[in-house]
Amino acid sequence: MTSILTRALGAPINLNHRGHYVHWGVIQISVANLVVIGLMVAIFAAAILLPFPKGRGRK
Amino acid sequence: MTAPAASRSWTVAVRQRAVRAFPPDQLLPDKQPIYVAAWIYVFGVLTLAAFLVVLLSGGVLAIEGPQWWHTSSTGHFFNSLHLWSVELFLAFMVIHLWGKFWMAAWRGRRAMTWITGALCFAGSIGTAFTGYLVQTNFDSQWISTQAKDGLNSVGIGAVFNVTNFGQMLMWHIVLLPLVVGVIVGVHVLQVRKRGVVPPIDVDPIDLIPEQGR
Repeated sequence: MTSILTRALGAPINLNHRGHYVHWGVIQISVANLVVIGLMVAIFAAAILLPFPKGRGRK
Repeated sequence: MTAPAASRSWTVAVRQRAVRAFPPDQLLPDKQPIYVAAWIYVFGVLTLAAFLVVLLSGGVLAIEGPQWWHTSSTGHFFNSLHLWSVELFLAFMVIHLWGKFWMAAWRGRRAMTWITGALCFAGSIGTAFTGYLVQTNFDSQWISTQAKDGLNSVGIGAVFNVTNFGQMLMWHIVLLPLVVGVIVGVHVLQVRKRGVVPPIDVDPIDLIPEQGR
């Protein structure tokens, strides 16, 4: 039971290693931070483009 | 028989001024203009919801202390809850900031709304940084010894000593949350006072709550 829970709740990606970094001139950023920024930009774009559901009774 | 004289006490003056500035239907409205029904307008309240989880999970951590999460799975759970709610709080706040920046949300006498929002952002970063310092692990030791050089170089290291664990803990759990909480409160009141900023190209008829189309 514990092992099932551990597997279910554990990180889907093995994080037990040194971070990976991207180097671009003077810019150095971890892949993890880059992924988070990418996700935020994607969510921002989705928030602009996706239609908002109309609630009941709303004209 | 004469009518009772109006009270001149300060409590009455404060109440009258508060009701004038924030009529109850404006303070807690049940209708918003039609343009508010868009996903980009959701991120402000998502930020507030995440802030509430940050405060609650931080409050639970405070009961047992900063080292609880090293020895207890329950403590570890609440520590993770605190971390991830902070991550979401800052991510939602940044998306909220992007949305408001591109719609020039300081329009319509909303300068103070914009300024208090910017102060919330800066205060939240400071609070998160002091959180790094009170993890009671090697990460916080490393971060504090790196941060002290930067702060010493600008001359405030003697007053704000990032290697002083007790001082950083008090800043993290008392002073900075109090400052951020008050600024968030003022920010929300400003939104209530001036209303949610309309899109730049809004049709004037859409400015009326729920009467737009």
